[in-house]
Amino acid sequence: MPFIPHTEADVAEMLAAIGVSSIDELFDEIPAALRSRTLAGIPPALTEMEIGRLMQERAELDGRPLVFVGAGAYDHHVPAAVWQIVTRGEFYSAYTPYQAEASQGTLQVVYEFQTMMASLTGMPVANASLYDGASALAEACLMAVRAHRRSKSARILMPGTVNPVYAAVTHAIAGNQNLAIEVIDWHRDTGLTVADGFKAWSGQDVTAVVIQQPNFFGLFEDVDAITNWAHDNGALVIAVVNPTSLALLKPPGEWGRDGVDIVVGEGQPLGVPLSSGGPYFGFMTSRMEHVRQMPGRIVGRTLDLDGKPGFTLTLQAREQHIRRTKATSNICTNQGLLVTAATIYMSLLGAAGLERVAAASQQRTRELVDALTALPGVRLRFPGARFHEAVLELDAPVRPVLEALGARNIIGGYELSQHYPELGNTLLVCATETRTPADIAAYAKALADVLQNARAA
Amino acid sequence: MSNIPTELKYRKSHEWVRDEGDGTVTVGISDHAQQALGDLVFVEIPEVGRELSAGEACAVVESVKAASDVYSPVSGAVTAANDALAGSPEIVNQDPYGAGWIARIRLSDPAELDGLLAASQYEEVVKAAED
Repeated sequence: MPFIPHTEADVAEMLAAIGVSSIDELFDEIPAALRSRTLAGIPPALTEMEIGRLMQERAELDGRPLVFVGAGAYDHHVPAAVWQIVTRGEFYSAYTPYQAEASQGTLQVVYEFQTMMASLTGMPVANASLYDGASALAEACLMAVRAHRRSKSARILMPGTVNPVYAAVTHAIAGNQNLAIEVIDWHRDTGLTVADGFKAWSGQDVTAVVIQQPNFFGLFEDVDAITNWAHDNGALVIAVVNPTSLALLKPPGEWGRDGVDIVVGEGQPLGVPLSSGGPYFGFMTSRMEHVRQMPGRIVGRTLDLDGKPGFTLTLQAREQHIRRTKATSNICTNQGLLVTAATIYMSLLGAAGLERVAAASQQRTRELVDALTALPGVRLRFPGARFHEAVLELDAPVRPVLEALGARNIIGGYELSQHYPELGNTLLVCATETRTPADIAAYAKALADVLQNARAA
Repeated sequence: MSNIPTELKYRKSHEWVRDEGDGTVTVGISDHAQQALGDLVFVEIPEVGRELSAGEACAVVESVKAASDVYSPVSGAVTAANDALAGSPEIVNQDPYGAGWIARIRLSDPAELDGLLAASQYEEVVKAAED
């Protein structure tokens, strides 16, 4: 079948059947001023050979830099088998199939993914994924408001140490749906959420509290105390986590006395390569009591008429194709391809392998921080315990330093002042297991040169 | 043909109302409604104390094929909700006019009861739906 199914003859036949002479006449009730005109600025078409050459040249402009930036997306090793398997014809679709039950293998992969995420986060139920970590947080806030029926305020307490991009996306998605998002301040000396910032809300109607662990600066928040405060004050708890870190850290399902209510995060570290910001995928897990307010698809395991096990989409009754405007969310799909990659990645590594990735990343970051803070004009900004990221303070403006490092093919970190002007000349750095001691030495040498040049200038 | 007790009043969206004679009413969904929905898997009941207006969505009944709103037939405050439905939604299928009740409401305007359908009128609604 041709990719565009309607031939000119088909179109003419259909128009004749409804008594319209042309496509233009079909749409003539749309005022001319509202019609799209020819797209301006589109260059002439190129042949496959020409466009291939152009894209190759553009790709080469990117170079192959050494990456020392994290800030929500991480340059982990992806075993070659992961994408070799994902791109098999049986898996290679970005979508949950509409006749889902016809694709038992696809459903089983999603089911295994859900099982792995539930296990990693210590929660009883997971969905089939969301678009990315940022939109997953927005969906979690909306879910909390639906799930917490006793709370009337729709008030969400959001520490300033939550990834600022996630906070901005949450404002964009949920801010117009009558949520009151209140920012909780963080301590300038420790980089941690100010405990008293929550206490100011004691006794008031709070729907949910967000906690990111490790926080955006890579530091460990006192998640037990914050979870307990939230539950003591009748609020739900939404955890934002890095899945790799959970190989070493206590899962959110065990934070505080009772564990959190909803867990979300960015799944990219699990087998998805860095790629100009996406496509990535979000994950979400929850307590069972909130499952009916969980957005997105959920795959269940059941028995067929003959008593044989099978997989099926479940709890669909609240999705938009059935519930219309009253659906729990307009998310009716998942990031199937990336979830498949993550499932294969986790299967290949196993729990022990993921733990080794996390421990090696932690070790490499420690070596990076030691090497860089040994340089004049570089110091560690926050002293506390952290996971595979650290905030460094330079004695020179960060942007020109990053540009000079870039010229040496090193992506040196994330400039924090774009979100936190009060942090001045600070840089968020990260090293994963893929950075070798030689890479770290190369970065230290380059940074020493760049800072010296900056001082000389 | 579904069971339509004559002593109850009905709303055309398939809720029933029993006047308890003390200023309160009990509300549920009709036998026809539970049959049409099929096996219920979840019922979301209203919060006690909630103030409802007549016609406002106050509960959700969810079967394997659909989640449907239940509309309050009258205005008033919810004085009780059937907690047993949380663990056993199938009670609505088994006994829609008895143990499967959804909420009790204190009437703020008893005259609203006069605007509801009698069993014979509701029977016409069901017949039309079944045709």
